[in-house]
Amino acid sequence: MSGRAVRVENLSKQYVLGQWRAHDTLRDHLTRTFSVFSRAPRERQQPETIWALRDVSFDVQRGEVVGIIGNNGAGKSTLLKILSRITEPTGGYAEIHGRVGSLLEVGAGFFHAELTGRENIYLSGAILGMKKSEIDRKRDDIIEFAGIERFIDTPVKRYSTGMNMRLAFSVAAHLDQEILFVDEVLAVGDAEFQRKCLGRMGEVSRAGRTVLFVSHNMAAITHLCPRTLWLKGGRVHADGASTDVVSAYLSAGQGAGSAWRNPSSNRPSMDGAFRVGAARVLAEDNRPASVMEFRRPFKFEIEYEILRPLKDVAVVVRVINSIGEHLWTSWDTDPDRWDSGLVRMPGRYVSVCRVPPHFLKPGPYRVDVGARSATPPYELHESVLAFEISEVGYALHPDRVGVIAPLLGWDVTRVDEAHGRLSESSSEPISVEAAR
Amino acid sequence: MSNRSATVIEQPGWQPAVASTGSRAEEVPAIRVEPSKGWAALQLREAWKSRELLYFLVWRDVTVRYKQTVFGVLWAVFQPLFGTVVFTLFFGRLAKMPSDGVPYPLFAYAALVPWTFFANGLNQISNSLVRDANLITKVYVPRLLIPFAAAVAGLVDFLVAFVILLGMMVLYRTPPTANIIFLPFLALLALATSISVGLWLSALNVQFRDVRYVLPFVVQAWLFATPIVYPSSLLPARWRLVYGLNPMVGVVEGFRWALLGTHTRPGGMIIVSALTVVGLLIGGMIYFRRTESKFADVV
Repeated sequence: MSGRAVRVENLSKQYVLGQWRAHDTLRDHLTRTFSVFSRAPRERQQPETIWALRDVSFDVQRGEVVGIIGNNGAGKSTLLKILSRITEPTGGYAEIHGRVGSLLEVGAGFFHAELTGRENIYLSGAILGMKKSEIDRKRDDIIEFAGIERFIDTPVKRYSTGMNMRLAFSVAAHLDQEILFVDEVLAVGDAEFQRKCLGRMGEVSRAGRTVLFVSHNMAAITHLCPRTLWLKGGRVHADGASTDVVSAYLSAGQGAGSAWRNPSSNRPSMDGAFRVGAARVLAEDNRPASVMEFRRPFKFEIEYEILRPLKDVAVVVRVINSIGEHLWTSWDTDPDRWDSGLVRMPGRYVSVCRVPPHFLKPGPYRVDVGARSATPPYELHESVLAFEISEVGYALHPDRVGVIAPLLGWDVTRVDEAHGRLSESSSEPISVEAAR
Repeated sequence: MSNRSATVIEQPGWQPAVASTGSRAEEVPAIRVEPSKGWAALQLREAWKSRELLYFLVWRDVTVRYKQTVFGVLWAVFQPLFGTVVFTLFFGRLAKMPSDGVPYPLFAYAALVPWTFFANGLNQISNSLVRDANLITKVYVPRLLIPFAAAVAGLVDFLVAFVILLGMMVLYRTPPTANIIFLPFLALLALATSISVGLWLSALNVQFRDVRYVLPFVVQAWLFATPIVYPSSLLPARWRLVYGLNPMVGVVEGFRWALLGTHTRPGGMIIVSALTVVGLLIGGMIYFRRTESKFADVV
């Protein structure tokens, strides 16, 4: 058996697009059937097809945790759906050795609104493949993990979306099949819960189970999965160590890039008074760059035009980490008050926001660019820039918790009697890391 | 990979198989995922393994049905009772329809109880796959469970309506016959009829939503093609076996015979009906399995 958990050979999936697809009415079907005979042979409508997956092959050993990345439409979800047996492949095959649990779109898919939280635990647990005895055993853990003890006997139709999702994920997180297919569990929920999910994924992957993990969250991928597959256009584009594959993926400029040009710049915003032209991420030497070193400063540059005098106008950047948390918002009027009453006159401007070195931890980030003035409407372009802080030059201990790693001033003083005060070094801030 | 698992794995479709792990003693099920070709196996064993899930789906349907309605279980009784009143007025009183020597209301209600069970079941089953599209597109469960669960959930309504039937028999002083022991079989036949037809319709409904609109007409026509408002004794004896090709004929006449003691001797009809259902059921399962591979892409 050689410890292989999943073997995929030339797996392909073809989808038919357009009118030949879903929700045909019988009439369509009949018209098509009979039109062949009754009318002059029309152009034989060749159904338009697309290969969602093309000759994909790979092996996964038992206990391996493999990340799957790629742009939307690259075939990631199709792959997991085929392996989960939800849809059949068009060609090729896969062998799966072990009981399979699938977590595809966990967001409350199997709940019934009229049933209580407790009842839904049983329902969705059974749907996900748990035995009743197993659910009996895990029920209390599931409720506790979801953190909704007080509402567990309330129908889920009274739950907030967040509670629904927490409960749904919590049930799924307690699956104990040997092989797990997980699709983008971290795409939803508040930051707190996402961290919890990530933690749970970490536990699962350390428990020696085989996991295929689809995510857009590159930090989670590199953190959880030693190995990553990069799917591109339905094919395996790269397969290797996660750090290599992910950095290749990021530097290939997938998705938002380091430079953005406003596609709607011909339509001024803020009642026709303001126009964002472009935004860029620049390295310290002013060249556009998508990967920054931890130890180097960098900046955001926003080009814009003011068409009418604007009071209290501020250009705004917001930085978001890979799990969707806003790390900060910065205004180009800082540190002035937001209602200082200053007026910016018509003209073309560039605002540059400088980010210090030793600040953002390695990982991918996205940037929202916007502007505001004394009165709405404001302008906001979400996630238009993306950049990555590379691991290169990052020497901090991996156990350091925290979403950022700012370089702060420290005083280190020896205070025992024999040596007196160590006065010569107290005036200089010492970075513990730099001193190593 | 041991030879044994390799040979098991050669079968088409989704084959859960037990592969020996060679040196290890533990057994790891191996699944081969590939395009299904030819006649897909029915995979009944897999469905049987998931019977706990069947239980939960039935439990969900039953619980939800009674949670959402004010009158809850009363609806299960109201439907056949209303039919009985209408039929008694128009067919019993006005048209003076013969009723095999049984009071007409009892005659009609005894038929409407299994009929309602069948008709509601058919309706639920036909829409089951579309309604539970989540169970098809977001997770893998043996799909055959979904229409089965929809059918079985109707049993609760049926039992409630049946208790009222017993009450009516007391009211009309009609003691049941010893043939009542055949009643579970007849109820099963009604269930099997709804499943056998429902499997076809549910699979068709995934692709052609017309099924939903056609179904009420079919059910209405079927009602009059079944001896509910009239006795099958109106037909010449030599046609009754042919009549039994409509499986509900055997069920309805069987119910009256077993409970009310009508002297129609429906044995032949019941056998013909049962054979028809077996044929429809096998055909339905095969059709269901063959179209199943497309469900997730189409629903």
